[in-house]
Amino acid sequence: MEALMSLIVGVLTAGGVYLLLRARTFSVVLGLTLLTYAVNLFLFASGRLTIGAPPILDPELSRYTDPLPQALVLTAIVISFAMTAFVIMLALRARAELGNDHVDGRASAGASKESEA
Amino acid sequence: MNLPLVILIPFVGAVLTGWVSHFGRMKSAWTAGVVTLLALLCLAPSAPAPFAGNTVLWHLDWMPAVGLNLAFRLDGLGLLFAAMILGIGLLVILYARYYLPERDGLGRFYAYLLFFMGSMLGIVLSENVILMLIFWELTSLSSFLLISYSYRKPESRRGARMALTVTGMGGLALLGGLLLLGEMAGSYDLSVILTQGAAVRADPLYTPMLVLILLGAFTKSAQFPFHFWLPHAMAAPTPVSAYLHSATMVKAGIFLLARLFPVLSGTPEWTWLVIGAGLTTLLIGAGVALFKHDLKGLLAYSTVSHLGLITLLFGLSTPLAAVAGVFHILNHATFKASLFMAAGIIDHECGTRDMRRINGLWKFMPYTATLAMVAAASMAGVPLFNGFLSKEMFFAETADFSSGFQYGWLLPSLVVASGVMAVAYSLRFIHDVFFNGEPIDLPRTPHEPPFWMKVPVAVLVAICLLVGILPALTVEPILRMTVASVLQDPPPAFDLAIWHGFGLPVFMSLVALIGGLSVYAARQPLFRLAARMEGWIDARAIYDWLLAELQLFAGWLTRRLDNGSLQRLVLVLLLTVLVFGVLGSVGSGSPLTGTRTILPIDGVSLTMTAGLILVTLVTVALHRRRFTALVVVGALGLLMALIFVKFSAPDLALTQLSVEIVTIVLLLLALYFLPQRGPDESSRARRWRDAVVAGLAGFGAGALTWAILTRPLESISEYFIANSLPGGGGSNVVNVILVDFRGFDTLGEITVLALAGLGIHAMLYGLRMPGLRQDADGRPWNWDTHPTIMAALARLLLPLALLVSVFIFLRGHNEPGGGFIAGLITAVALIMQYLTNGVTWTHRRLSSNMLPLIGAGLLIATLTGLGSLVFGHPFLTSSFTHVHWPIVGDFELATAMLFDLGVYLVVVGATLLILIHLGLMHRATHPGVDGSRSNKEPA
Repeated sequence: MEALMSLIVGVLTAGGVYLLLRARTFSVVLGLTLLTYAVNLFLFASGRLTIGAPPILDPELSRYTDPLPQALVLTAIVISFAMTAFVIMLALRARAELGNDHVDGRASAGASKESEA
Repeated sequence: MNLPLVILIPFVGAVLTGWVSHFGRMKSAWTAGVVTLLALLCLAPSAPAPFAGNTVLWHLDWMPAVGLNLAFRLDGLGLLFAAMILGIGLLVILYARYYLPERDGLGRFYAYLLFFMGSMLGIVLSENVILMLIFWELTSLSSFLLISYSYRKPESRRGARMALTVTGMGGLALLGGLLLLGEMAGSYDLSVILTQGAAVRADPLYTPMLVLILLGAFTKSAQFPFHFWLPHAMAAPTPVSAYLHSATMVKAGIFLLARLFPVLSGTPEWTWLVIGAGLTTLLIGAGVALFKHDLKGLLAYSTVSHLGLITLLFGLSTPLAAVAGVFHILNHATFKASLFMAAGIIDHECGTRDMRRINGLWKFMPYTATLAMVAAASMAGVPLFNGFLSKEMFFAETADFSSGFQYGWLLPSLVVASGVMAVAYSLRFIHDVFFNGEPIDLPRTPHEPPFWMKVPVAVLVAICLLVGILPALTVEPILRMTVASVLQDPPPAFDLAIWHGFGLPVFMSLVALIGGLSVYAARQPLFRLAARMEGWIDARAIYDWLLAELQLFAGWLTRRLDNGSLQRLVLVLLLTVLVFGVLGSVGSGSPLTGTRTILPIDGVSLTMTAGLILVTLVTVALHRRRFTALVVVGALGLLMALIFVKFSAPDLALTQLSVEIVTIVLLLLALYFLPQRGPDESSRARRWRDAVVAGLAGFGAGALTWAILTRPLESISEYFIANSLPGGGGSNVVNVILVDFRGFDTLGEITVLALAGLGIHAMLYGLRMPGLRQDADGRPWNWDTHPTIMAALARLLLPLALLVSVFIFLRGHNEPGGGFIAGLITAVALIMQYLTNGVTWTHRRLSSNMLPLIGAGLLIATLTGLGSLVFGHPFLTSSFTHVHWPIVGDFELATAMLFDLGVYLVVVGATLLILIHLGLMHRATHPGVDGSRSNKEPA
């Protein structure tokens, strides 16, 4: 099971990084979303994988998974939503101000083709 | 208790003075004066203790774990400096009231001055060395403000920047040195450090530590090769120079040498470094001062020279030299402050400071002239003035020190040479300015200044005379007290008589006086020589060159890394991480796989993993078809939630699920304003390169996860699990951690959330963008109104959804749920109304201004935390109780729940704020689709 988890984190990271290296804002936001998943899973994994032992105290149970990474990841999920929102709004504002959605520094190169939408 | 107050009063006073200046110029001067007096009065009750040989200590734990505490001490050295800072400060405040031009508001000046005063008091009264460093940096900052007081003049800005750069650099070095020192001594408290001298000096890291600390002291006290900033700081108004550059700030470095004298001194390294810097500075300062035609320039270089003299004395490392050093600190402060003030009066009255034009002022201002001449005579070391006494001790100590060495005559002769120059420049100050013919072409006709402007000078000059004539009566007890605390030993026997009989020191003084007279007589050829040599060696030029090179390098590096392309930056970042990751893991010796028993793989998990990988690949492959990619990413989020379910994290699954919905809705709304398809721009080579980098990064992350997952877990969570129920009153440990154990973190996190919302609010404010007319395939936009059945169902769902969120909120302490999740569910329920009923319909029923909601949430959370302070518990301590309600049954009430309510409100507010703003932009572009059943396409 650990191997599957590592695989998932690896694939999500790779996908996120690839999208992060694209030239347009929207791809970068998608890449950030994938990377966020990867990072959250990684943080979560630092508590190791446990099945069927949620950290809800129960007198009949004695085995619980580590609650601390869960608390950290919970806030991380909410904060990363705020970050995604911030970045996408930045992308909108940038498009309004600059007239294009480039992040590769070639601001004017593709500006004329923007009207496709 | 009065020690922290002494330091606090000027800081509070600074704010007060700035505020009071709205009511008039005089008011801020009076306030500043009263504040300083108050601080003096506050210090007074503790003053007798150092005289009795006691040290007053005051201690409050701040961060004991890192050795940083609010600890203050008052001993002889501290008392001498504190009295000097406050006493001369008071005189400067009085003086500045008359000096500064009428048009100036004074509030800013006095506020900066008090700010500086407080910082300086902090340095001399700190018991903890890290605390001292904080005040040390504050003096750098406040002196920057003071030097650049006339910020419209370029030389003021330049001088201030230079002083800040040099002393700031020194502060950084000092931090390193003090940290080393603290580690060596085993404590950051001076009381301990001062007893650990032998251990510190024997430490293998003694030399680097000494160099770092000396760098701090030398930059602050303008010692060679850092002396150049002080003359440039003369761009400050003269009261500032009189205060900072004679009595206080530049003495901070000397203070540090004196403070750490028993710990650091006595080694060859100390002797060579400190004597070397002191002697060079002494000679350079004395040599240059005579040739400065600017009155303040002369005083600045003479200050540099006298600072070198004191440093040299501490370098000698003998107890008697320490006595002479302390004595000269006091004497220099009195005569130099009065000389600066006199120079200010002359500048004020004549409109220039050029000594080639200011001549014969004796006729115009005899009183000021008398005062200035006494002070200058003291600076020259003429008998019956205080400068003579300490200078003679200085001559005696240097002669004594070098008597046993080969070439031992060298040091005393160089010292006498500096004495010759000191006499010469003091003579120039007197003769050029007050005699020497008639004034040449002065902008103003000089006359005596206002009475109160002369009072501060007179007070200081009176001290010069009193100490000079009656040293045993006036200054001896002060010296004994100070020296005892500098040496941490009883002071050595010394005799402060004016006349010791014929001996080497008297002879040296005599040579200096006669030599000075002859040098001054031969000044004209010397000036011509100096004019030709000008600019040969200029420390400022080197500084400028270094700074320019540094800026060029920074500019080059920035251009190389940042050409406006995010891709380039991200790539550099990723490659750096990869290189360091590989370097760190290669040859580390520990295997990738740990020893933990791993869980068996089941079929469902395998299928899910395959699905997740497939979805990720599809996202990447289809990323240019943005709408499709977004839908696929939504599926990815749901799979994430399933992973959390599988591995015992119900809270995370709920959060992920609700966040996912909000995120996708948000991205869909935003996509409406962005191009629907990404053009195919990257070349094939580029894509391969990116794929390789991505693959490597993915491999690294995967390997790291594997390495962690297969290693045994050592967690601090046992504590949380054990105390969740008895301490926090909840059985959902995750929630209890969020709202109780780590409540402070959560408070920080909802603040970040609120700030993100605020940032988005600011970013989208007034933003108008063109909307869509057709989709990517050319199909026209559908202008249908919201489907009636869906709208009706959504309205029905709203109360149910809200009920669910209340339920989730209430049970959060004991079962999966809580403020975060409940907030997200509420947000989703309300967003659904927007989506199905339109913006206009919803806005008629719900305010679009979410800022009060966010504010209320933050306020509730913070007040809950503060509430526990009222009951004498630490910030954010929670308490809980069980109540029995008639029908509902046993019910738990916890203050943590109130905190969670704050979290809930912030989450709802921030989430809605973000989405509503996007919605409003839609309304602006689609005025027809507003719920008003209009079917018309907009014009």
